[in-house]
Amino acid sequence: MRHVLVDLDRRRAEAAAGGGERRVAAQHAKGKLTARERIELLLDPGSFEEYDTFVEHRSVDFGMEKTRIPGDGVVTGWGTVNGRAVVVFSKDFTVFGGSLSETHAGKITKVQDLAMKIRAPIIGLFDAGGARIQEGVAALGGYGEVFRRNAEASGVIPQISVIMGPCAGGDVYSPAMTDFIVMVRDTSYMFVTGPDVVKTVTNESVSAEDLGGARVHTTRSSIADMAFDDDVEALLQVRRLVDFLPANNRAGVPEWPSFDDVERREDALDTLVPENPNTPYDIKELVAKVVDEGDLFEIQGAFARNIVTGFARIGGRTVGVVANQPLVLAGVLDSDASRKAARFVRFCDSFEIPILTIVDVPGFLPGTAQEYGGLIKHGAKLLFAYSQATVPMVTVITRKAFGGAYDVMASKHVGADVNYAWPTAQIAVMGAKGAVEIIFRQDIGDPGKIAGRTRDYEERFLSPFVAAERGYIDEVIRPRSTRRRVARAFAMLRSKAAEKPWRKHDNIPL
Amino acid sequence: MFKKILIANRGEIACRIIRTARAMGIATVAVHSEADRDALHVEMADEAVAIGPSPAAQSYLVIDAIVEACRATRAEAVHPGYGFLSEREAFAEALRAAGIAFIGPNPHAIAAMGDKIASKRFARAAGVSTVPGNLDVVRDAAHAVAIAEAIGYPVMIKASAGGGGKGMRIAHASSEVADGFARATSEAAASFGDDRVFIEKFIENPRHIEIQVLGDRHGNVIHLGERECSIQRRNQKVLEEAPSPLLDPETRALMGAQAVALARAVDYDSAGTVEFVAGQDKSFFFLEMNTRLQVEHPVTELVTGIDIVEQMIRIAAGEPLAIRQEDVRMRGWAVEARIYAEDPTRGFLPSTGRLTTYRPPATGTRDGATVRVDTGVGEGGAISIFYDPMIAKLVTHAPTRDEAVAAQSHALDSFAIQGIRHNIPFLSALMAHPRWKEARLSTGFIAEEFGAEFVNPVPTGAVALRLAAVAAAVDAKLNDRKRRISGQMPVARPVVFERRRTVAIGGRDIVFTIESGEGGGDRWTLHVEGGGPVAVEGAWRPGEPVWHGTVAGERIAVGVVPVPNGALLSHAGAFADARVYTMREAELARLMPEKVAGGSGKQVLCPMPGLLREVLVGEGQAVKTGESLAVVEAMKMENVLKAERDGTVAKILVKPGDSLGFEAVILEFA
Repeated sequence: MRHVLVDLDRRRAEAAAGGGERRVAAQHAKGKLTARERIELLLDPGSFEEYDTFVEHRSVDFGMEKTRIPGDGVVTGWGTVNGRAVVVFSKDFTVFGGSLSETHAGKITKVQDLAMKIRAPIIGLFDAGGARIQEGVAALGGYGEVFRRNAEASGVIPQISVIMGPCAGGDVYSPAMTDFIVMVRDTSYMFVTGPDVVKTVTNESVSAEDLGGARVHTTRSSIADMAFDDDVEALLQVRRLVDFLPANNRAGVPEWPSFDDVERREDALDTLVPENPNTPYDIKELVAKVVDEGDLFEIQGAFARNIVTGFARIGGRTVGVVANQPLVLAGVLDSDASRKAARFVRFCDSFEIPILTIVDVPGFLPGTAQEYGGLIKHGAKLLFAYSQATVPMVTVITRKAFGGAYDVMASKHVGADVNYAWPTAQIAVMGAKGAVEIIFRQDIGDPGKIAGRTRDYEERFLSPFVAAERGYIDEVIRPRSTRRRVARAFAMLRSKAAEKPWRKHDNIPL
Repeated sequence: MFKKILIANRGEIACRIIRTARAMGIATVAVHSEADRDALHVEMADEAVAIGPSPAAQSYLVIDAIVEACRATRAEAVHPGYGFLSEREAFAEALRAAGIAFIGPNPHAIAAMGDKIASKRFARAAGVSTVPGNLDVVRDAAHAVAIAEAIGYPVMIKASAGGGGKGMRIAHASSEVADGFARATSEAAASFGDDRVFIEKFIENPRHIEIQVLGDRHGNVIHLGERECSIQRRNQKVLEEAPSPLLDPETRALMGAQAVALARAVDYDSAGTVEFVAGQDKSFFFLEMNTRLQVEHPVTELVTGIDIVEQMIRIAAGEPLAIRQEDVRMRGWAVEARIYAEDPTRGFLPSTGRLTTYRPPATGTRDGATVRVDTGVGEGGAISIFYDPMIAKLVTHAPTRDEAVAAQSHALDSFAIQGIRHNIPFLSALMAHPRWKEARLSTGFIAEEFGAEFVNPVPTGAVALRLAAVAAAVDAKLNDRKRRISGQMPVARPVVFERRRTVAIGGRDIVFTIESGEGGGDRWTLHVEGGGPVAVEGAWRPGEPVWHGTVAGERIAVGVVPVPNGALLSHAGAFADARVYTMREAELARLMPEKVAGGSGKQVLCPMPGLLREVLVGEGQAVKTGESLAVVEAMKMENVLKAERDGTVAKILVKPGDSLGFEAVILEFA
């Protein structure tokens, strides 16, 4: 028996060596870790179970039969993050540049199927050169198999993609269909066609970083949800993200003991909203003071900063937070903010994560750029997402809730369960000046009359009480008691049951 | 005694006066500007009166508005605090005319001491030693140079109506006189509405020592000993203490006697301060007399046990002083630090905004040390651009100077402020400075030891080890909870928590094995490799801004902002990013490239909201690092923005008179 074990050890060592010392050194020199080192950081120590270690490609074209490396450019298996099972695949740039062959794709689809069977999150670590060109259509077929499984798994198990090197061509679509994309600054980029092709086709000169680096994708394209400085930080932050996420769409949110009293009173919130309605304030301060331990894990923090989305905990249980940010563009809803929040709301609803919505919105952003850019449909995405969400939803209006944006932002009418307003709330069709100039058009020439009318309008409508009189607001609350109120509302809503009619799926205005 | 008094001030001093009045059973009236509508002093007072728009010139400085507020609320007396109208003869006169008592000296004394030139003449006449100088008002730059040459360099150019460091410039050579004269004049005009300046000899390596006096309306005058306020930055006091480590009983008695003589000479009938400049040889010269309550009065209160505000109120109500000179005893040592909303790492530029976190240290007496916090703000309050950027005064008292300094250090470490930039790290670094600890002081201390800008020290040695222990405790606390998350796999092997870890801090790796102590929870023992075991105990919970506990038996407080696998720590002026890794994580982290913070550097941004006074360069002009580019006025101070690099000015985007927001682009380099 002995020699069999020796042989196994030898084969394992051979596989673990990946592309060999020289390529590993090159990988390190680029500031990148190897596929297996990354898995070590992502998973609990010693928890990784590798599968398909000995898989090799079967290509015989262009001399490929002469080079076979066990593992074939991707390391797959499962392990745990703080004891919770996750499935993982990690592209190995040291082996054939991490390129995707038929067998490489087969390893990925095998663990995708495993993740679906055990209903556990799947995390893909990308650092690869695209399709293995020598294999031609066999590689393309492999991609398709991966893509279809990404779509199948969507809304069933959380899927996270971490881009830690090149990710181009066919490789980009799998991450694009997952729930979250994390990038590493300076060492990762994503694009469909690279700088060389861009130059040939459009004669545009652009660097890989400027075409598809972390900065571009977190601030402009919104492809990536977040970016971190290096591999270590990125992987440790993905562990933190996993701690917020349910294992699947039926498991319910994870819970851990909170050190933070849900009854905590925050007197400072009583002065958060400035006297002057046009003075901005930081909504993240409110979020920090309402959620457990001030801990918010922001999603798309660098994109459409006029709305804040992210995960937090209340009473030790995950909630999704959506909040207009008055500091940026007065917290207005534009196409980008609507798309960003809509996708976040849909994620939360898919995975039974309760949603806390904080509203201070002056309306939708006017202008040709917005209208030509499809603001109607983008805004409708957010409206749609909230309207069909069935998770517990608690809404707090701190200041402005104007016009259609009032309806959109998790109003009672679109299905929020508990709607609170601060005494500073102004729930109305529009601000006083605009309203008076329309209603009392005939008085426009008389500043005295207009001033009086404006005062009347402000008194009547720029308060939470008209809405409260109608029951659109469940209660007007003291700002300082927001945490207690919100925590109790979510606790009460734990047993919420919601039925929806059968349909194949909805038709969200994409 | 008065039944109701009005406090014609704001901020911490208004709150402090209200406290004493309340203790005396006197009702209080606050006045406030628009910006201060929700301020703490308004909340604390029994009544509050709005007196005008936010700028002080339209509210706190409007005599008629305050007299009217007294009439409306039937306040019998006014305490002016410090600054604002406290040393305006016209204000005292207006109150007298309206039949309202002024809790301060008589108008004649204010007038006599309020003008720096007149006060010196008085002092000379009263036999008080004075600095050589020319008391004439300077006519123009040429006149300034002539006077300076006659006195001999260095000289100090000072506003006649000045105080608080505004309108003061030192010139070491004739070439600096003209510019100093121009700046002193313009600042004097802007701050006091009076552009007169005078010039006097500047004493090298001087110390600032002042005597607190109390006089009543019955001819009694006593002094409450001295305060030393040598730790100053640009003539603004930063640290104050009582007693002075320089003085011996003879010098103290001599200075006290001169101060009392001067007070008598002007029939002084309230609390006042006679300021002296002292040489290292204990020679001393009269500087000026402040006819008001001083910012730093708490140090005197803590060493003498006398409530100076109470004495002022009693005197104003006509009571004779109940304290005789021989009753005044100085017990122990008191140290005060002024906590300012300013960024020490960026040339001490003022910082304004909302205090999202404001948690002062616990006050009261513990283990013989007393902590007192005088403040005018609370969490959720704001530091406005309209007024002085002082957030609070932190005062500690203990039997000895060393103990008072140690208590101050600990209290500073326990103070949590977020939302604005503040000088606590700088104050902590001062407290830890050997020269401060040895009391080798002079008013040049900060400039000599720290230069123009403060750089947060990197923790080393014992401090690094102590912080590493705190980081390990924070990490252990968080890790312990992670292992209790729901939904874990039901497997035989639970999550392994590696006990051998390393803390990367200050460029060093400290390797240790961590062990949970008896009773679990909040106690650990670190077996540091290459060192002994370190016991750590702290009841910190995630979300709390300060870690309180003991490391190796020493009680410490450390500012904590948790980050994944570690924490950003602040302690004793140092900031440290402490990462706690398993050995394997640390090994891999070492493979990661250093990231350099990439600033564009091509733009000069407005560092704080303010008014652009002047642009000193033109488009196309080449400038060198350190060259002045523009002057922004904020909080009544002119701030000169200097080039941080060599370059050519490509574009100027603003013009003088523009009101600039934080980080507004002023100019761009090519």
